Amino acid sequence: MEDTRLPELWPELWEATTQTLVMVSVTMLVGGLLGLVLGMALYLTRRDGLYSNRWVFGVLNVVVNFFRPIPFVIFIAAVQPLSRAVIGIGIGTQAATFALILAAMFGIGRLVEQNLVTVRPGVLEAARAMGASRMRIALTVVLPEALGPLILGYTFAFVAVVDMSAVAGVIAGGGLGTFAQQYGYRQFDYVVTWTAVILLVILVQVVQFLGNFLAGKVLRR
Amino acid sequence: MTSPATAQAPLIRLEEVTKVYPGRGRQSSPVTAVDGVSLEVMPGEIQAIVGYSGAGKSTLVRLINALEPATSGSITVDGTEVVGLSERQLRHLRLRIGMIFQQFNLFDSRTVWGNLAYPLHVAGVPKSEHQQRISELLHFVGLPDKAHVYPGHLSGGQKQRVGIARALATNPTLLLADEATSALDPETTGEVLELLNRVNAEFGTTIVVITHEMEVVRELADKVAVMEAGRIVESGPVFEVFSKPVQPVTRRFVGTVVDDLPPGPVLEALRARHTGRFVTLAFHDPEVRQSDVYAVLARHGVGFELIYGGIEEIQGVTFGNLTLALVGADDAVEQALADVRGLVPVTDLDRLEED
Repeated sequence: MEDTRLPELWPELWEATTQTLVMVSVTMLVGGLLGLVLGMALYLTRRDGLYSNRWVFGVLNVVVNFFRPIPFVIFIAAVQPLSRAVIGIGIGTQAATFALILAAMFGIGRLVEQNLVTVRPGVLEAARAMGASRMRIALTVVLPEALGPLILGYTFAFVAVVDMSAVAGVIAGGGLGTFAQQYGYRQFDYVVTWTAVILLVILVQVVQFLGNFLAGKVLRR
Repeated sequence: MTSPATAQAPLIRLEEVTKVYPGRGRQSSPVTAVDGVSLEVMPGEIQAIVGYSGAGKSTLVRLINALEPATSGSITVDGTEVVGLSERQLRHLRLRIGMIFQQFNLFDSRTVWGNLAYPLHVAGVPKSEHQQRISELLHFVGLPDKAHVYPGHLSGGQKQRVGIARALATNPTLLLADEATSALDPETTGEVLELLNRVNAEFGTTIVVITHEMEVVRELADKVAVMEAGRIVESGPVFEVFSKPVQPVTRRFVGTVVDDLPPGPVLEALRARHTGRFVTLAFHDPEVRQSDVYAVLARHGVGFELIYGGIEEIQGVTFGNLTLALVGADDAVEQALADVRGLVPVTDLDRLEED
C-alpha cells in the first residue's frame, strides 16, 4: 500500500472525473437526441410504418449497420478528419466527445427503433381512426407508449457510453479511463487503477438505479 | 332498434368494393381480402357482419373509415365518397366515425381521462369543454369514478367501456365495432352489448359490428350480412336470416344459437333412447302456435315426445326447430303428418327428404 501515488494524484483524479462526466453527459444529451431522431426515422419509414418508405429506410439501415460494428477504439481515430472539419480539432476531450456522440447516435438509434417497435399497432390504428395526423401520432402516441422501455434503453446506452469514454485517451481525450491506464496500469499502481474503477462503478450504479426507478414508475401504470 | 323510413338515404353505401393486398415476397401472389362487396346501411341501423376468421370482415370494416384504402369500387359515408380521399381529407371524415376494437387499444400511457381527452384534442375541441364532455361520457358508460385510473388497472369489460366512451367523444354518426366483445367473458359481453344498444337508442348512432359470435348478432343487430372468402353470401334482417338460412356457412352460424336438425351423432343417441318416428318441425311463422300442431297430433291419436330443439326469440318474434318422436299406428302417423305439413314445414328424419 505504501507504494501508491494516489495521495499526490488528487488533482489529476478530479480533472479526469470531470472530463468523464462532461464527455458522457454531453454525449448522452446530443447523441441521445440525435439517436432519438434517427431511431424515430427508422421506425417511421420501415415497412408498415406511418411514413413507410423503403428507400429512406434502406439507406438509414445500411448507414447504421455500417458504423455500428466498428470498435470504438478504431472509430475514435478514424473519425478524426471529420472531427477536425466539423469542430476544428482532432484531439482532446472535445474531439473524443465528438466521436462519442457519433457512435452513440448510431447505437441509440437502433435501440430507440427496437423499443418503438414494441408499441402495439392497434393503438396507432385507434389514433388514426380518431383522425389524428401521422406526426401527431408519432409524437403523442408512439413516444409516450414506449417511454418505459425507452428509459431502460437510454440507461443501457449510458453504461455503454461510459465504457466507450474510457478509450478517449487514444486521442488524448482524458477521463477516468485514461487516468486509470496512465497512473494505474502502466505504473503497476493497483490502488490508483481501482480507485478509478470504483468511481466508474459508482457512476454506473447511480445512473442504473435512477433509470430502473424511473422506468418502474412509468411501467407500473 | 329503429326501422328507418324508406325515403331516407343510406348512411353507408358500398358498391362493388374490392380490396387486394399485393403479395409480400417475390413468390407470393396478391390476396383478395374483399371481393366485390355491395351493402347499404341506413341511418340508425345496427348492421352485423359475420364470418369466420379470414373471411374479410375486419378488412371490410376498415375500408369504411379508410384505415385500409379500397382497391376499387365506391364507398360513401354520409354522402362523402371515401375512395380516393387524401389522408388529410380522411382525417376530417374520421372525426365523424368512432371505432372500437377487440383488444380495446387504449393508450396505456394515459389515464382514462387522458384517453377520452385525446380525440377531443384531435378534433380541436377547446380545453374548457373537456371537463364536461369527459364527465358526461364517463357517466354514460358507468365509470364516473375511474377518470384518473390507468387502463392497466381496469378489467376487460371496463376497458371496452372506456373504448366506447372514447369512440363517442366527438359525437360520431357512425360507430364501427371490430370484434368488440370477442375478448370478453359472456357476462361482460352482455353488459357491453347492452351499452351499445343504449348508444344506438339514445344517440341514434348507426353501428356496424364485426363478429363471429351469433349471440352478438341476436342481441344487437337489426340486419346481418354473412361473409365468406371476401364476399357477402347472404344478408337481410336478422330474423329472416336466422329463421331461413340458405347458404351452408349461414346455416353453420345460425346453428350455433338456433338448434337445427339434430346432427348425426346426436340423432344416433336419440334413437338409442326413444322409439317412434322422428320428425323436425320448423316454427317460423308467428301465426302458427305449437298448440295447434299438438292438437292435430292428438286428434289422430298419435302420441309424441319432444326430444330435441329449442325456441328462440329474435326481434320480438319467437321461432325454432323442434324434433319430436311420434308414436302410433303407421297410417295414423302418416295422416297426422299430412295435416301438420299444412301448418309448419316438416323434416322427416327417418326418410330424410325435406319438404
